[in-house]
Amino acid sequence: MSERRPSVFIVDDHGLFRSGVRSELGDQVEVVGEADDVQPAITGIARCEPDVVLLDVHLPGGGGHDVVSEITKSHPQVRFLALSASDAPEDVIAVIRSGARGYVTKTISGAELVDAIFRVAAGDAVFSPRLAGFVLDAFASAQPGQLVQPSFDPELDQLTPRERDVLRLIARGYTYKEIGRELFISAKTVESHVSSVLRKLQLSTRHQLTRWAAERRLN
Amino acid sequence: MAGGVAAGLSVRTGMGVNAIRTAFVITSLISGFGAAVYVLAWLFLPADGESSTIASRAQGDKRGIGLAAAAASLLALVLLIGALLHIGWIGSLSWPPVVAVAGLVLIWRNASPDEQAVLRRLSEPLLGDTAAGQPPRRGLRITIAAMLLLAGLVILLYQHLNRLDLWPITGVALMFAAIVVLLGPWWLRIARDLMAERQARVRAEERAEMASRVHDSVLQTLALIQRRADDPQQVISLARASERELRSWLFDGRAPGSLDGLATTLSGGVRLIQQEVEAQHGIVVEAISVGDCDLDPDLSALLAAAREATVNAAKWSGASSVALFAEVEPDAVSVFVRDRGRGFDPDAVPRDRKGLAESVHARMARRGGSATVRSTPGQGTEVALTMPRTAGQREPSTAP
Repeated sequence: MSERRPSVFIVDDHGLFRSGVRSELGDQVEVVGEADDVQPAITGIARCEPDVVLLDVHLPGGGGHDVVSEITKSHPQVRFLALSASDAPEDVIAVIRSGARGYVTKTISGAELVDAIFRVAAGDAVFSPRLAGFVLDAFASAQPGQLVQPSFDPELDQLTPRERDVLRLIARGYTYKEIGRELFISAKTVESHVSSVLRKLQLSTRHQLTRWAAERRLN
Repeated sequence: MAGGVAAGLSVRTGMGVNAIRTAFVITSLISGFGAAVYVLAWLFLPADGESSTIASRAQGDKRGIGLAAAAASLLALVLLIGALLHIGWIGSLSWPPVVAVAGLVLIWRNASPDEQAVLRRLSEPLLGDTAAGQPPRRGLRITIAAMLLLAGLVILLYQHLNRLDLWPITGVALMFAAIVVLLGPWWLRIARDLMAERQARVRAEERAEMASRVHDSVLQTLALIQRRADDPQQVISLARASERELRSWLFDGRAPGSLDGLATTLSGGVRLIQQEVEAQHGIVVEAISVGDCDLDPDLSALLAAAREATVNAAKWSGASSVALFAEVEPDAVSVFVRDRGRGFDPDAVPRDRKGLAESVHARMARRGGSATVRSTPGQGTEVALTMPRTAGQREPSTAP
């Protein structure tokens, strides 16, 4: 895992939080820059070309997903880890769908954050328990049997039983290693399941997920 | 009479009050001229003991002037239609009623409080029960309507002498009625929509403003907490409490502090467990629920067992957080309570632990559910609870 310290760029509109994250990360990663809004973030990331961007979902000048979609056009190798204090599902889903590789809540501990950064830098997906819950909920309400508009590729609209198992265990607070032990698979296989869920999340019909998010907000 | 004009004139001219009144009544009955003069005098002569006339006050009342113009033009229109249809005496009567109506509207809006009281008393039979606090606008509307109605009746009565001429009037009336019937609901709807839209906008603005205010206060709390980290337990529970309140307010639309105490859905119940345990035991409960359904006695028992398991984890595990996960599936509801605390050896259970396992087991078994407790010393404990759903409530309550 520790072949090289990943370079990290922090985007958050609260200076207090940025400095807090910086001190928590210490020198386990290399913080190459920070920004407090959409525009400065886009120019700063393009200049620094970090491995991982820690991205606040809510920014004053727009959503974090604007940053993701803008940067991935010009710098596809930059990976994004969304960091949010908000539980609004549509925000989370929006930033994931725009291309972020993971989502964690701001209450995450320093060690877990470092771990998440390393995993995102290595190309894996990072789901917090809460995101796993969201995704299960989203795909459950788009289950077959209910009358929903199918995608071009119906596989994208459903999770496999294995993926559901993995997400359930993440939501129950298991680490990848523990999930592997529980399901008798390797941690690497767990990661590939999560990545596959991420891909479905990003490619599945927008219609159902946005509708789900809208309904969820009304509840 | 109404405005005390006759009395005022008699004081000025020295003529008898009754003579002046008689003159007014007679001229009013003949051509309407007397009424117009009366209203104009009311408008332009200052009342006893007052320096300003109603007319001078009315100059600042743009709405009143607009209303007066509208009422007058409406009446003028009616009279004009009458004139076009060659209905006899219209020419001689046309202008005094128009002036009188416009003047009355201005007087109504700008008269001194005493005079308004007189007006209100005069119009009381029209309004029926005028309770205190009745909006004056309604009175105005009814007065105008009554006057228009009166004018219409007068015209009709005059024409009664010549039956053939009654027909055009009936036609006009029918046309008016048709327009009102056709467009009335539409006008009403437009007015209602406008009002609803304005209310919604006001509410949205209010909410946005409050959200930013709460956001700021929470940020300040966080800064404070960072500087005073000497009592971690209290700091954590404080932060969690305010975070939870803020979340439920921002995302579920419930006001901060409104802990309803009674949940009606499974996810509501899970949130309630989270709130109570966090408040009472100063531990973080990561509550996640997937799907939702209404509570029944079986599911309430499931929640009670989940609550007990969560409280136990908070008390005994020594962990700083507990994961509480609930999932509603078509035929069963499962809840998992997991901590990464000290755990225990299931074969050598201390009495209190055994108590937990047994009471949770018993609770679940009584309702046809099941409970398993897994624990490894040093790695934590997980309690898994499952309750089958009965056929009657199988359809999910959140179905689109």
